[in-house]
Amino acid sequence: MKPRNLYDKLWESHVVRQEEDGTALLYIDRHLVHEVTSPQAFEGLRINGRTPWRQGSVLAVADHNVPTTGREAGIKDPISRLQVETLDSNCEHFGIEEFRMNDLRQGIVHVVGPEQGATLPGMTVVCGDSHTSTHGAFAALAFGIGTSEVEHVLATQCLIARKSKSMRISVEGKLSPGVTAKDVALYIIGKIGTAGGTGYAMEFSGNAIRSLSMEGRMTLCNMAIEAGARAGMVAVDEKTLDYVRGRPFSPKGEMFDAACRYWNTLKSDEGASFDSEVTIDAAEIRPQVTWGTSPEMVVPIDGSVPDPGKVADPVKRQGMEKALEYMGLKPDTKMEDIQVDKVFIGSCTNSRIEDLRAAAAIVRGRHVAGNVKLAMVVPGSGLVKHQAEEEGLDRIFIDAGFEWRDPGCSMCLAMNDDRLRPGERCASTSNRNFEGRQGPGGRTHLVSPELAAAAAVAGHFIDPGKLS
Amino acid sequence: MKAFKQLNGIVVPLDRPNVDTDAIIPKQFLKSIHRSGFGPNLFDEWRYLDHGEPGMDNSKRPLNPEFVLNKKRYQGAEILLGRENFGCGSSREHAPWALEDYGIRAIIAPSFADIFYNNCFKNGLLPIRLDAEIVDRLFRETFESESYRLSVDLEKQLIETPSGEKIAFDVDSFRKHCLVEGLDDIGLTLIHKDEIRAYEKRRESVQPWLFNRNGK
Repeated sequence: MKPRNLYDKLWESHVVRQEEDGTALLYIDRHLVHEVTSPQAFEGLRINGRTPWRQGSVLAVADHNVPTTGREAGIKDPISRLQVETLDSNCEHFGIEEFRMNDLRQGIVHVVGPEQGATLPGMTVVCGDSHTSTHGAFAALAFGIGTSEVEHVLATQCLIARKSKSMRISVEGKLSPGVTAKDVALYIIGKIGTAGGTGYAMEFSGNAIRSLSMEGRMTLCNMAIEAGARAGMVAVDEKTLDYVRGRPFSPKGEMFDAACRYWNTLKSDEGASFDSEVTIDAAEIRPQVTWGTSPEMVVPIDGSVPDPGKVADPVKRQGMEKALEYMGLKPDTKMEDIQVDKVFIGSCTNSRIEDLRAAAAIVRGRHVAGNVKLAMVVPGSGLVKHQAEEEGLDRIFIDAGFEWRDPGCSMCLAMNDDRLRPGERCASTSNRNFEGRQGPGGRTHLVSPELAAAAAVAGHFIDPGKLS
Repeated sequence: MKAFKQLNGIVVPLDRPNVDTDAIIPKQFLKSIHRSGFGPNLFDEWRYLDHGEPGMDNSKRPLNPEFVLNKKRYQGAEILLGRENFGCGSSREHAPWALEDYGIRAIIAPSFADIFYNNCFKNGLLPIRLDAEIVDRLFRETFESESYRLSVDLEKQLIETPSGEKIAFDVDSFRKHCLVEGLDDIGLTLIHKDEIRAYEKRRESVQPWLFNRNGK
């Protein structure tokens, strides 16, 4: 049999029907739903008199709009409140399991899925959210869809899809101390560009990837979409099985063992081919900071803002000039000389317990700098928050002057009250530095939790190793 | 879904790469639970000088005269000309809803982000990929000639410029079929419901853990 890559295996095992024109009916095992991209899909079901095909495949949670403070009092913004209440009533009406806002299990959908064991190896996982690529860390085929497709999956348990091309990104060698999964992700995006993965499903491999924890792999796969790839994935290994074991939605006992036998086959075969291959030397990767308005506009922490004048391509040069104007930065400024106004530690990229531990280790015994107006930590779920509090991390952050919030998407996209004011500069552990993403006129620099924590206590970007 | 066969429309050039869905429709407008009404807030942060929020009377807001959509010569445009990686970022279908609600029916660019590209077809909006050099030329022609129009024929997969030049484009045959006919693809999929059930049965016998109701 011809050797197959991981994507081939995941794709082929989910094809219900192959059409001659190249499209396929692809079966979806897990459908995650949140409040922003689902109301029109449920409305569509109602209008056409349809019901969900398999309710047990759906798990819903409100995350984008929920407040991160004072939520016992409910949601103040009436439009946000209506959207969350609409999710509640749709789930109730259609018999879908939902973790409501004040449930301890509520959180960001891409943190909740894996945490509950709702994301399992070998599954197809979809959600009306581009960061669904996160779940590929479990050797699942996971990708974001639009609202019409949310309705399509609810109604049919399938999607009409066409197989993507495959790309393998091998990160070989050993990561330097202080280099995180976030830095690997940003480095890859800097290297191949935000459209470098367009049309591809991306597998991350190599010993530097195998050395990452499951949470690190989630961070990496989460950012695959920022490289243009709808799906990112990592093969199953012992770490995958250890993570999944004992989760509330995971199979138990003999069924778990049977599942493991199958899951252990979820890796690219020896000699499998890919449509594109990229190899990266892990030793080249330094901690990364973005300087512009696209995740590909990124440099190492000890680097400087680039000079558009040195770029020949006029479209690219113009894009850089617009970005610098928006960001209020001058060419050749050292990244470490850039001061920040706010610090955000959170989002589906970096809000899991290991992220909070890493940030807390830097913050411990230090204090947020005087020029930093707000430093906030938004855990990815109620369970992450609870775990962090058991470990005393909340005290470390609060004693240092951070705000310790309730879980949600928060200032990653600023749909709730957590946002930047025009001109404010933020060190953020989120995934997008687009114009206005964290609030109109806000200036976002994407970094790892370690670098965000270091920026909070220094008041400017700094390599954590240089903190006194 | 609205069918798309032919179109002859004014072209509006949006000359920047990586136009993301946050720019196309900013997040504050995603709180709506409806599918329509997003047009007045298309490109909100570039289009208006003040900050927009849902519920505002957009006709009273100050327009940014520099933004291309506000220029007199491009009023009534139905074709948007863009650069690389158009529609990158989030999966929000509100982006094509906003474009469609504004009156855009086709977008021409060298490349599109995958999810956005896919979402367009679900909403009667035709995204067309052309070589960067051709797009570059179309930008020049659009800038140079007032009320520049293009004709788009989806059935023939041809664009015609005012000078009579014909440019062929590729489109997935299934998506083309759905767009030309204005088909709802849920209905198409449900034709195969017995096959879906049979697949589930097969799969459940070998991977039963997938069919537990949420671990219970």
